[in-house]
Amino acid sequence: MAQVTLDSVRKIYPNGVEAVTPASFQIKDGEFVVLVGPSGCGKSTLLRMIAGLEDITEGALCIGDNVVNTLDPADRDIAMVFQNYALYPHMTVRKNIAYGLKNRKTPKDVIAQKVDEAAKMLNLTDYLDRKPAQLSGGQRQRVAMGRAIVRDPALFLFDEPLSNLDAKLRNQMRIEIKALQRRLGVTSIYVTHDQVEAMTMADRIIVLNGGRIEQIGTPSEIYHNPASTFVASFMGAPPMNLVGAEMQDGTLSFAGLELPLASSMRGPVTLGLRPEDLIIDSHGPLAMEVELIEELGAHRLLHGQVDGQRLTVHLAKEEQVALGPLRLSCRVQNLCLFHPETGQRMDGGFAFNPAQTRTEERV
Amino acid sequence: MADISLSAAAPVVPRRRFRWSTVVDHAILITGALIMFLPLLILVQTASTPDVETMKYGPGLYFGDQLDDNFRKALFEASGFSGENTGLAMFKNSMILGLGFAFGKIIIGMMAAYAIVYFRLRFATFAFWLIFTTLLLPLEVRILPSYEITQKLGLLNTYTGLIVPLIASATATFFFRQFFRSVPEELVEAARIDGAGPVKFFIDILVPLSQTMIAAMFIIMFVYGWNQYLWPTMVTTEEGMYTLVRGIKQIVQVLQGGNEIPEYGRANVLAIIAVLPPVAIVIFFQSWFVKGLTESDK
Amino acid sequence: MKRAGFASRWLPILLLVPQLSIILVFFYWPAAYAVKSSFYLQDPFGFGQTFVGLENYASLSNSAEYFKVTNFTVIFTVLVTFFSLALALLLAVKADKVIRGAKTYRTLLMWVYAVAPPVAGFVGLLLFNQRWGPLTEFFGSLGWDFNLRADYFDTAFAMVVVSVWKQVPVNFIFFLSGLQSIPKSVREAALIDNRSASGRFWDVTFPLLAPTGFFLLIINITYALFDTFGVIDTLVQGEPGNNPMTLVYKVYVDGFRGNDLGGSSAQSVVLMVLVLALTVFQFRMVEKRIHYT
Repeated sequence: MAQVTLDSVRKIYPNGVEAVTPASFQIKDGEFVVLVGPSGCGKSTLLRMIAGLEDITEGALCIGDNVVNTLDPADRDIAMVFQNYALYPHMTVRKNIAYGLKNRKTPKDVIAQKVDEAAKMLNLTDYLDRKPAQLSGGQRQRVAMGRAIVRDPALFLFDEPLSNLDAKLRNQMRIEIKALQRRLGVTSIYVTHDQVEAMTMADRIIVLNGGRIEQIGTPSEIYHNPASTFVASFMGAPPMNLVGAEMQDGTLSFAGLELPLASSMRGPVTLGLRPEDLIIDSHGPLAMEVELIEELGAHRLLHGQVDGQRLTVHLAKEEQVALGPLRLSCRVQNLCLFHPETGQRMDGGFAFNPAQTRTEERV
Repeated sequence: MADISLSAAAPVVPRRRFRWSTVVDHAILITGALIMFLPLLILVQTASTPDVETMKYGPGLYFGDQLDDNFRKALFEASGFSGENTGLAMFKNSMILGLGFAFGKIIIGMMAAYAIVYFRLRFATFAFWLIFTTLLLPLEVRILPSYEITQKLGLLNTYTGLIVPLIASATATFFFRQFFRSVPEELVEAARIDGAGPVKFFIDILVPLSQTMIAAMFIIMFVYGWNQYLWPTMVTTEEGMYTLVRGIKQIVQVLQGGNEIPEYGRANVLAIIAVLPPVAIVIFFQSWFVKGLTESDK
Repeated sequence: MKRAGFASRWLPILLLVPQLSIILVFFYWPAAYAVKSSFYLQDPFGFGQTFVGLENYASLSNSAEYFKVTNFTVIFTVLVTFFSLALALLLAVKADKVIRGAKTYRTLLMWVYAVAPPVAGFVGLLLFNQRWGPLTEFFGSLGWDFNLRADYFDTAFAMVVVSVWKQVPVNFIFFLSGLQSIPKSVREAALIDNRSASGRFWDVTFPLLAPTGFFLLIINITYALFDTFGVIDTLVQGEPGNNPMTLVYKVYVDGFRGNDLGGSSAQSVVLMVLVLALTVFQFRMVEKRIHYT
């Protein structure tokens, strides 16, 4: 068990590309941290630097109390689960799990005992003498987990471990991995591009974009208080609606919506509205032209335009709608404002007029 | 009831049409197979017929009874002047050339490919070009200087001189490089995290993974080595060093000259022995061989 | 190189030493030696050599015999390449098509791959034997008085036939595997789009085989230039005389038999340049045109 500290860790490839701009954060002992971002955002590079598979160009990396920048992967007391599992195809499940221990000169009886324990924990006992090719995707995934568990590492590293599984299995393994991590209490860093995995598994999420950390926070913070339009549109499905609005004389206006704000700012802003914060309201200020209704069973999504800008509305199943014109209002306490050019969050210091009543809140 | 109505309504299924084109396809294939096979059958026929008959009438339709006798002669009685090149001795030399060439090529190729693919090497690009330029020029175009150098090194009529210059091209290295590059990246990473160093990774993981590829390469290289002609013709002048394929040259020259009855039977047995081992290997390990051959060039 | 290569310094060098030392001694040294010798005239009695500049090359370009050999080599290469490719393609397409006995046909059509070229030549000697060769008799019945080794054209004919016979299996293996690697869905799409089998072949199958075909073209040219040595040497029974020969055979005859090291080296260098040009052409073509994946 250990905490992990990154101090201005940076990666520049020999061809001059900066894959990771100086990144600093600390992961607490036993914490489950998810690195999330689109492909090419540097999340895998960051993980691989922590694993020791990639050199660190600048900065310091500590696992526990030791700086491990120059240590070999095998000496960092880590275990890693790979996207394609990286099982040794010519070895049985048992040998695959035992290989790392064997290389550490662990006594044979200890290896046998640990392999059996891990196999029991992962429901692999019946498959120990099979080769990876004879296993299903989910079973291979478990073998990869087993290989990580038996080493009792201080740190688990997961590199998109579920992306090769089908949707159903992915949901199941997601829960299994999370439960296992809870049970073992091992500090874990998990890389994914899937925001659902990030939201559901993480104690804390680190959102990366273009090699830069966009935001660090709990899933709830990330969802409700995105630090930028990038985070707002990346986290959440369907993503936050981002529309162009105007600020003038302490009033924010978008289509028919007029909102008094305690700010002297003026000019264009980007307004962020979560789809579930838009409500059908026959007296609402927003006029929407509904173009498509997506039926999802538990709820529905309306896609359409307001004042020429695309908007998505999340709708409970019991509400009746049809294609065509519709009026909406919104829950103003959840609005987010972003800088129209940089995309950074702007409304940190603002407060919506507190003197409004519940009905007025809906405006 | 239900099945009665069903059968009443069952549509008439037309019988599968007979296609002349299928017959033509088979006819073409059978003709092709015969053209491949018959010429070699002539070898067997003449090998079983008394030499006098062959000399007079040529290959006939019936097999004779001389096969055993000719085999015995070809294997154990020496032809030529020194009395050293019995069929058995030539068979041994062919084996040494085939196996030595195949093993040498595979071991050296695997080592070099491993160094190129899995290590951070400062002069990697240079080594790569140095090695892969050899793919461009076959031994035949530099045959004389190669001979001169082999001679200077005192390697004429030695197994080293026979085998090593043939190894001086990077086909196997190139092949293993391609294969190693196709091995998933994560495997070496997982192995490093599992505490395996370069030597351990090579022996524990890479070599077992390459088993099929090694087998395929081995077949191709063995056949290639066994069938070498020009180079053995130049570097082996002592009859005791002749391989079977090199021996063909001598057989042919014997057939040509002289007033005696040419020993067709014995000559053809030698040709059969020269063909049999590589053919057997290629047929028995067909799938490996085809895989190796067709994948080596992608 | 792999992303996470090992950092060891001495091990890769150790691994490369055997390969590098062998190619330095038996590839680069001979190649350099050939280039150097091509500028010298070897004393016929083995006493030293004289620098003659480009004289060896000049005499090559003036030699009517060399011109004749080059001519034959080109024709021979074109014929062998064309026929062995065409026949192999025909057989491969049929073998890919039939359902019954596909595996048996494959075996029967590929095993000749393992027959050594001189053995193929030896079989040719039997088939074309002047007195009783089955093929000689067959040609005789057609009114063609076939004369191996005595008639230039007849000998050339025999060389082409035997060389093609020996090469068809290799091409067959590659074409068949190329055909089998065409995705099933593509064939099925073609089956729906085009009624005519020959239309499907020329519009879909043939273009998809182009990369294989191009690769084989190079392989076959190399084969015709170099690997047919055994066939030719056996068919002329080691005594070329006035019979046709290829460029490589001439390098061997002039250098090894005629002791004309300088002239033979100049020929070697010309061959090297030819092969290099061929390879460069191959790489360029592969990169540029035939690239479907």
